Amino acid sequence: MTEPVRAVAADAAETGSDPPATPTIRIRPHSGLAPLRLREVWEYRELLYFLAWRTIKVRYKQTLLGAAWAILQPVFAMVVFSLIFGRLVGMASDGIPYPLFVYAGLLPWQLFAQSVAESANSLVNNEHLLTKVYFPRFVIPASTILVSLLDFTVAGAVLAGLMGYYGIAPAGAVWAVPLLVLQAVGTALGVGLWLAALNVRYRDIRHVVPFLIQGWLFLTPIVYPSSLVPRGWHLALALNPMTGVVEGFRWALLGTKPELGGALGISAIITLVVLVSGVLCFRRMERTFADLL
Amino acid sequence: MTMSDIAVRVAGLGKRYRLGSRSVGGTAYEAIAAAVRAPLRCFSRTPPPEYIWALKNVTFELRRGEVLGIIGRNGAGKSTLLKVLSRITEPTEGAVDLYGRVSSLLEVGTGFHPELTGRENIFLNGAILGMRRGEIAKKFDEIVAFSEVERFLDTPVKHYSSGMYLRLAFAVAAHLESEIVIADEVLAVGDAAFQKKCLGKVGEVAKAGRTAVLVSHNMGLMHALAQRCLYLRRGEVAAHGEPREVIEQYLSETINPQDANRPTLEGYRRGPSADLPVAITGVWCGEQSRGVQRVAMGAPIAMGVALRVLKELHGANLTITLKNAQGERVVVLFSWDREFSLFLPPGDHVITVRIENLVLAPGRYFADVGVNRSTRSTAYDVIVDFPVFRVDNEGHVIHWLERPWGAVHCPTVTWKTTP
Repeated sequence: MTEPVRAVAADAAETGSDPPATPTIRIRPHSGLAPLRLREVWEYRELLYFLAWRTIKVRYKQTLLGAAWAILQPVFAMVVFSLIFGRLVGMASDGIPYPLFVYAGLLPWQLFAQSVAESANSLVNNEHLLTKVYFPRFVIPASTILVSLLDFTVAGAVLAGLMGYYGIAPAGAVWAVPLLVLQAVGTALGVGLWLAALNVRYRDIRHVVPFLIQGWLFLTPIVYPSSLVPRGWHLALALNPMTGVVEGFRWALLGTKPELGGALGISAIITLVVLVSGVLCFRRMERTFADLL
Repeated sequence: MTMSDIAVRVAGLGKRYRLGSRSVGGTAYEAIAAAVRAPLRCFSRTPPPEYIWALKNVTFELRRGEVLGIIGRNGAGKSTLLKVLSRITEPTEGAVDLYGRVSSLLEVGTGFHPELTGRENIFLNGAILGMRRGEIAKKFDEIVAFSEVERFLDTPVKHYSSGMYLRLAFAVAAHLESEIVIADEVLAVGDAAFQKKCLGKVGEVAKAGRTAVLVSHNMGLMHALAQRCLYLRRGEVAAHGEPREVIEQYLSETINPQDANRPTLEGYRRGPSADLPVAITGVWCGEQSRGVQRVAMGAPIAMGVALRVLKELHGANLTITLKNAQGERVVVLFSWDREFSLFLPPGDHVITVRIENLVLAPGRYFADVGVNRSTRSTAYDVIVDFPVFRVDNEGHVIHWLERPWGAVHCPTVTWKTTP
């Protein structure tokens, strides 16, 4: 919305011509489904970057280890899981060293989990912005995902290091990684939008999110291979979009044979459903945010 | 008025809030919410929701380049109107059309982060207010010069004094480019010198042919800047038109001596809110309990100011400025001038002053009262435009004086014709 207006403004200043005869901003009460206005979100992309930049800048102020935290979190989880499931339980890992196996799953999982947790609380945390300035509200949860993507990139370096250590070359399907990242982000955004919007009205969500993420972690074949799950359960496993992402990651990078195969198509469809419904729900509830915060 | 002259058109605007939960209701979504809550119904019987119209049937048009001042008591719907105009909240009914790019300043420094430096906050705040990165970079030097914080640009703003913080925040806001400006009582920040600069900037906006919608309790400012005024009373338009007439009506309604609801001080306080060593707890004329007083023309005027001192005062200065209904200063009293300084221990104190030989024209009068550190202009606490008394004409046939013809002083005069 801003761009065409600005063009007109420049004209008006130079030629002294009149502003547009049609309103540039129309405000009406809405009911039913709101238009998506994706173009407007695009106009505000700089704000999206700035909000992400702010989060990153502020997050490591007055910390001793700084950006190393982005690496330490998944690495710590890997160590714990390797000790418990790899050593103690002796979990099967499709012929891959267990630390590498679990880290390849944890990497996209962290991207997803962090995105969901941060975006779910993003609106409530930015109350002061939402009640004082107008911009497409979508920018706020979206910016949290941008931050998670950065952490993901940093943590990805560790995976490369681990693969080098165990002498495993990347499999031929590395090209699929961006697509899988896209699926993880799409799912996280869909879930995050739902939770963020609901959180504005029901602050219970804030307390639900940690349980949701912890439960979801164990429903996804991260610490265990899907080959361990009885065949009859495979369809149920594939309904979880993150199953597809995690399985896909191991297939694309470590060359494991995806146990679920075609069922993964289902998980892609679920991602799409979650994302679209999340965006619609968010747009639908967006108009009451300022009144409820 | 041709179509292209219009910058803002507001028609039948209404905004309804539900009391209690502060939600807006009556949608399919509400039904889902009710279903979610249903299990709890058996435990708590919720009374039927009560609604309140924060705005009702507000209609006006603004031409390009016009400045509209919105006045009204606290809670009259001024801020709600600005929020609807700036798209922060959606109206319940009615329509708004805005012709041109809008910048809204409901607060200065929105999105400022204490951990970030001044430089970083300029970019962040600019982006939040809708500026492009290139635009901010282009205006960066101007913004910094205006804010007077050059030396501290790379210091986190959490180390700034509150004055520096506000100056920087205002500086960013002042450099927004837009055809329509919407601003809420953000105009006067910082110390006196910077306030003057801010007001100058606002005046520039008005003169540069930009359309503006301003909310302020400063009637003098409204007089000076607005071409038109809109007086909101409990969400509805009580008056709309010439600032002079609208302000007059607003003031006469809000300080009616018969009004049992005596104005409380809170709506008039403009002091820095945090950590006041002293707070003004009362301002009155005559007797404290009686509210706005009628004063006979030419009679001595006694005024009282109650102070609550929290930290011992070592020579503070009390200033009282009396203003007429047009916002013009009539009398300025500095206690300092009379070598009267406040040396007060913590506790409640009352300061009284008696003003003689003051023959004011009939009408309503307002007081600005401030407690200042004597050596500097820093204000501890300030009360602005507080209605204090009304001068009656006591049977003199001078009705015309109540008209705003600029009369302030009413000396005793004798007319005579000599043959």
